Amino acid sequence: MKTMKNIFPRAALLFLAFTVLCGILYTGAVTGLAQLLFPHQANGSIIEVNGVKYGSALLGQQYTDDAHMWGRIMQLDVMTYRDENGEALLYAAPSNISPASEEYQALVAERTAKLRASNPQMADTPIPVDLVTSSGSGLDPHISPAAATYQIPRIAAATGRTEAEVAEIVSACSTGKFLGIFGEETVNVLRVNLMLDGILQPA
Amino acid sequence: MLQTIFPYLCYLAVLLVLAVPLGRYIKKVMFGEKTFLSPLLGPCENFIYKLSGVCKEEQMDFKKYTASVLLFSGIGFVFLFLLQLLQGFLPGNPQGIGSPSWHLAFNTTASFVTNTNWQAYSGESTLSYLTQALGLTVQNFVSAATGIAVLFALIRGFNQVKEKHLGNFWVDLTRIVVHILLPLNLVLAVALAGGGVVQNFKGAESVTLLEPVAISAEGELLSGAVIDSKTNTVTINGTQVPGATVVTREFVPMGPAASQVAIKQTGTNGGGFFGVNSAHPLENPNAFTNLLEMTSILLIPVALCFTFGEAVKNKKQGFAIFMAMFLCLVVAIGCIAVSEQSGTVQLAQNGTVNLSAVGQAGGNMEGKECRFGIAGSSTWAAYTTAASNGSVNAMHDSFTPLGGMVTMLLMQLGEVIFGGVGCGLYGMLAFAILTVFIAGLMVGRTPEFLGKKIEPYEMKWSVLVCLATPVAILAGSGIAAIVPEVAQSLNNGGAHGFSEMLYAYSSAGGNNGSAFAGFNANTVFLNLSIGIVMLFARFLPIIGTLAIAGSLAQKKKIAVTAGTLSTTNGMFVFLLIFIVLLVGALSFFPALALGPLAEFFGSIA
Repeated sequence: MKTMKNIFPRAALLFLAFTVLCGILYTGAVTGLAQLLFPHQANGSIIEVNGVKYGSALLGQQYTDDAHMWGRIMQLDVMTYRDENGEALLYAAPSNISPASEEYQALVAERTAKLRASNPQMADTPIPVDLVTSSGSGLDPHISPAAATYQIPRIAAATGRTEAEVAEIVSACSTGKFLGIFGEETVNVLRVNLMLDGILQPA
Repeated sequence: MLQTIFPYLCYLAVLLVLAVPLGRYIKKVMFGEKTFLSPLLGPCENFIYKLSGVCKEEQMDFKKYTASVLLFSGIGFVFLFLLQLLQGFLPGNPQGIGSPSWHLAFNTTASFVTNTNWQAYSGESTLSYLTQALGLTVQNFVSAATGIAVLFALIRGFNQVKEKHLGNFWVDLTRIVVHILLPLNLVLAVALAGGGVVQNFKGAESVTLLEPVAISAEGELLSGAVIDSKTNTVTINGTQVPGATVVTREFVPMGPAASQVAIKQTGTNGGGFFGVNSAHPLENPNAFTNLLEMTSILLIPVALCFTFGEAVKNKKQGFAIFMAMFLCLVVAIGCIAVSEQSGTVQLAQNGTVNLSAVGQAGGNMEGKECRFGIAGSSTWAAYTTAASNGSVNAMHDSFTPLGGMVTMLLMQLGEVIFGGVGCGLYGMLAFAILTVFIAGLMVGRTPEFLGKKIEPYEMKWSVLVCLATPVAILAGSGIAAIVPEVAQSLNNGGAHGFSEMLYAYSSAGGNNGSAFAGFNANTVFLNLSIGIVMLFARFLPIIGTLAIAGSLAQKKKIAVTAGTLSTTNGMFVFLLIFIVLLVGALSFFPALALGPLAEFFGSIA
């Protein structure tokens, strides 16, 4: 008990010191540096055109229009978040479902049927797996090049563009692997759709 | 083939190239030697001693060191618990989030004080920025530092001859935070922010949706609805839906994420700033941040193996323990990768769905992000469960049965395949003591390790350290299995539902913190029982390790003779792996047979 009495003031003061150091000074320093060096990235990579915030380049949205490129399957959440006026905001969550269950088999069958019906031009091509699965965050902003290529004929038909024009937009929105090794090649779906709608211009 | 394996090899290579020099740096810091950062950080260190009245020269024996660890953790516990309960009344809360329930606050507190970072809550909707920065980020630092400090007490136990002293906990803690964790994380956090991880104190943003969605008057999503954008009316099959409204904006969470993400990766804490952890695009936006975050998971645990070798003046010993861990890790990555790349028959739909790796990652992409693919997700899954980190960049609940089983097994082995910072290595050293004892029995010699005789006192504590995790997991999940309300927390049915519950207690017992995240853990029973399991599995091994250290320090060093069992050769590495697997497999085979194995055989039938 006597040792405890001796130890307590040291422990409390040291804890206080670390709270200031790691909680306030460290967090503050990182915030300051990040805001100074990388203001766009540290504030959510939001795409703003003529004062309108057209989404974050890093957050997926749901697209069902034939004239838009579709992304990963989303479980939308409209119940959790509201803006300051009380209007519901859209967010999304992962499915956390087992890919080895019968329930899942039925779900995927439904999704493939829908894709087959919307993309008659690709009737003989197996459907790229990203298009029938939901992502880890539920908010994946990307699809693979294969999944983008699969949709080009449909988008071309729905928008009246040639397939080459759509393919050009897709390649303008593609990112390769980091250093050619790490991660995967991706296509940013929001950027593609903003270009298809004429809001963003291909660089 | 080579093309598929290549990224995995690169991930491992990057890790090793960074870990070896860091190991040397940590040894220098902890032995009070000069480093290239000492001119800058030395004064900071001394300033903290002055401020808190710590005497640098004071030495602590086993009892005082243990009491300091426990009391320091206790103070942190009380502070974090109160901070959460009061967050609704405190500043730093632009979203105006209220306080969590007492049982959720207890669970979260136990979770972060024990370096587990199990999360029964979702960060963006439950915690204020103040709680995240002042509470969780601070615990991420100090709980990691506590683990490393206890490891060094054990190292001194091996090094001291006929002494009682194990060093000074306050000095250990301060050196680790000031010289190792802070500079490393400062650099890492700024790099992550540059990569796109948010770092600010603004309230959440909302942005325009390209395609608005319709919701009913009750706020539920209306599927198949057609929205007239001019009149804002919603129709389904031609009939107008009364009371329906249109959601036109998306929620974009903000906050000081990068600073917390850096330390949750390097300190093997793992608690995400956002609910879905490093799968969230604003927490881990691209392959560059993924490489940084993933390497950070194992950076310090791997480095500590080399630190250990240098610190006990037996580099071969450090390397032998590293090899035992590394071989297990490589096998685990291989198993997960093959299983995930193959996918499941339920997903393949007789070839209608393309699972090949041409133009895409392919395989089981359910619960995985496109930018990470199979290689980035499988390697992360193995790293995070081998280390007791617990952050995820893909949903383990949606892994294939066998891939998910490997992640579970890595935790059940006691988190000694590198494990948490410090605690993984002291856990493995307890297994090494067990191994020399069993090997000693086989050849009929007195067991010894690093020149210290291993006697009944050390053996008793080693067994407790090694068995704390299996006992905590099996008792916890066993009790939970007979509580009826737990069934309502399951997201999947059948064998996979059982796996969700087993995973939760494995994660808590291994102080890991990852989850089969469909499992709704925010109930009174689960919050309390999982909280208690985490505290037990953290502090019993700490006490045991310090007791062993205290006893070893008082012994004399025995000279190495021809009859000494080598603890640095291939035979020892093999034996050590064998003992780790034996304890883990025997404890958990029945439970795994009911969960993932049953699911696997059911799915291919």
